[in-house]
Amino acid sequence: MAIVCEKDQLQEQHLLKIKEICNTFNKDHSELINILHGCQGYFGYLPAEVQEAIALEIDMPVSKVFGVVTFYSFFTMKPKGEFPISVCTGTACYVRGADKLVDEFQRELGIDVGQTTEDGKFSISTLRCVGACGLAPVVMVGDKTYGHVSPKMVKKILKEYKTK
Amino acid sequence: MSKINQHILTCGGTGCRASESKELAQNLRDEIASNPAIEGSVKVVECGCFGFCEKGPIVKMLPDNTFYTQVKPTNAKEIIEEHIVKGRKIENLLYTDPVTKEVIDESKNMGFYKKQHRIALRNCGFVDPENIGEYIAREGYEALGRAIFEQEPQVIIDTIKASGLRGRGGGGFPTGLKWEFTKNAKGDQKYVVCNADEGDPGAFMDRSILEGDPHSIIEAMAICAYAIGANEGLVYIRAEYPLAIDRLKIAIKQAEETGLLGDNILGSDFSFKITIKYGAGAFVCGEETALIQSMEGLRGEPNLKPPFPAESGYFQKPTNVNNVETLANIPVILNKGADWYASMGTEKSKGTKVFALAGKINNVGLIEVPMGTTLREVIFDIGGGIKDGKKFKAVQTGGPSGGCLTEEHLDTPIDFDNLLAIGSMMGSGGMVVLDEDDCMVSMAQFYLEFTVEESCGKCAPCRIGNKRLHETLEKITQGKGVMEDLHQLRNMSEVIKETSLCGLGQTSPNPVLSTLDNFWDEYVEHVEDKKCVAGQCKSMLRYVITEEDCVGCTACVRVCPTNAITGTKKKPHIINQDLCIKCGACMDKCSFDSILLIA
Repeated sequence: MAIVCEKDQLQEQHLLKIKEICNTFNKDHSELINILHGCQGYFGYLPAEVQEAIALEIDMPVSKVFGVVTFYSFFTMKPKGEFPISVCTGTACYVRGADKLVDEFQRELGIDVGQTTEDGKFSISTLRCVGACGLAPVVMVGDKTYGHVSPKMVKKILKEYKTK
Repeated sequence: MSKINQHILTCGGTGCRASESKELAQNLRDEIASNPAIEGSVKVVECGCFGFCEKGPIVKMLPDNTFYTQVKPTNAKEIIEEHIVKGRKIENLLYTDPVTKEVIDESKNMGFYKKQHRIALRNCGFVDPENIGEYIAREGYEALGRAIFEQEPQVIIDTIKASGLRGRGGGGFPTGLKWEFTKNAKGDQKYVVCNADEGDPGAFMDRSILEGDPHSIIEAMAICAYAIGANEGLVYIRAEYPLAIDRLKIAIKQAEETGLLGDNILGSDFSFKITIKYGAGAFVCGEETALIQSMEGLRGEPNLKPPFPAESGYFQKPTNVNNVETLANIPVILNKGADWYASMGTEKSKGTKVFALAGKINNVGLIEVPMGTTLREVIFDIGGGIKDGKKFKAVQTGGPSGGCLTEEHLDTPIDFDNLLAIGSMMGSGGMVVLDEDDCMVSMAQFYLEFTVEESCGKCAPCRIGNKRLHETLEKITQGKGVMEDLHQLRNMSEVIKETSLCGLGQTSPNPVLSTLDNFWDEYVEHVEDKKCVAGQCKSMLRYVITEEDCVGCTACVRVCPTNAITGTKKKPHIINQDLCIKCGACMDKCSFDSILLIA
């Protein structure tokens, strides 16, 4: 679950957490990716304020931190939903109809890939190959994997989480 | 305490875990624990991937080798009561050959396994990856021990060179030579790097090896370190592979505790430690110079070679980068000898290769065959042919850097050079099979979309050229293409190949070029007749309601997002083609199959 930063200000406890993560890696510049993994694991995403705090802490230009965050698809600057939906669009899933699943999720939730529903419950993203090609097409909701998904199953999957 | 005389091996790979194999293993353990007659004599072992992902979760019974497929957690009771206690095989969990309808009870008699020769995958599906003892019991760490105490580094390098092993990550560079370059490079500090940033969509062999046999990688890295004179190793692994990361961490810890990793390995003066570095989802980081940039905490942008990492790599020190599958072969080659390894394969590609079979094929899974096996044997004998009795159209090898091969290439023996000669490449070993329903122009567009997203942007040919290629392909699939576009595609592709900085750009036009070469008529049909025979390009298709079948239930009217469907209740409906956005919602909804998609 994403931690929301109020009025672009990080609370003291959040700054302390960032410091703690940076210290785990000795503020080493070559450990930036690991630091970002740690911070995203805690905050759920990497908003500008978090990047600024990291830059300050490890004494690196914030532009460099931003450059790394935006380079790697694993890092996100927008909070994901409580139940992040990832549709695998690797080749094996694509040829078994993953694009139709993306369409169906978008239609059911009324959001595009990369967006989060207004209530913060769902977000849709696509990912490249989870390596479960035997189950193609594959959809992940949080840590749970669904295999052999058809457009008709999309509603059923969403229903599981809507009541949670 | 009674002696364990029966083992139940369950698949604990990512694919089978997604089908509840973990719950299955737990249920089996619970059943055993609740039965005093067998408790203590039967052991459940969660192994790595058996490879037969199509029929997962897999359960293998030892010692009688019974091979159960598609086992659910609810089958646990039956397996214990019937198979273990009463010694009866459970008929409905056995594999049935889709062609002969014969029920087969052992994997060695199954078409999927018959032609395979598993070297890199030797322990996957045999050992508990979280138990170093099981790896050691299968000749594990013997090669390392022998290397340290009995062999000069050059002897090891010569053996690897003589074996003919070539890099399995895609490039196919001779591994022994790479080691020798790094050994001979000047530097006070050297590094061994394992490239586990498996980014090819549709390829999952590296993940499976790390999940199923992590110690083979640790042992190989230590041997390499000894041979080149390094004492530090790094594994660069995708953050998207949580299970592989866990298993690797456990294996490293166990190796350290056993004295096979760390200071003074086995009491010798050779020390070696391994740390894990995480990727963060960038395909280009599979390229070794980009990988090194990423390990240094930077954007993973490739550098010009030379200097090669062997001279100047991680923090400008000599660095040897090998892929997971390449490393998995090392201990076996040293145990069985270079001649044994070189006796398999073709003239210039020795040994075996792991392929990930996926797409429209009956037996999706991970296979390992000697180099020189033909595509036909792989797709039809091992892969079991095309799904749902459809017709084979193409096979895409080498991921986004490879090409689409057709019927006429099926009898080509697979090796590095043959695949290059026919316009594709080995890549990391992904093999996606396509049938008559797949549109080749859309496939090319799919791959280019991937390349455009993954291009790091450092050099212009790749950054801009691939974008233009993608736009042109999009234009064609939207029915707006002209013949000139096809020539443009070829011209641009050739320029991008020649002028790009790294392997990503130099190979990214392959899907376009190979489809232009092998499926020219299909491109022309898209451009001149505005027709997509495979029925994939939406803009060239129409949804229509057949009058005879439509009962006028109005279900389609209600689901149509653009109000394109009209008609009165209990009378056939009509779709207004000008309003239809071709989403297909009506077709999914219709219970009477009265809506058709026509070209």
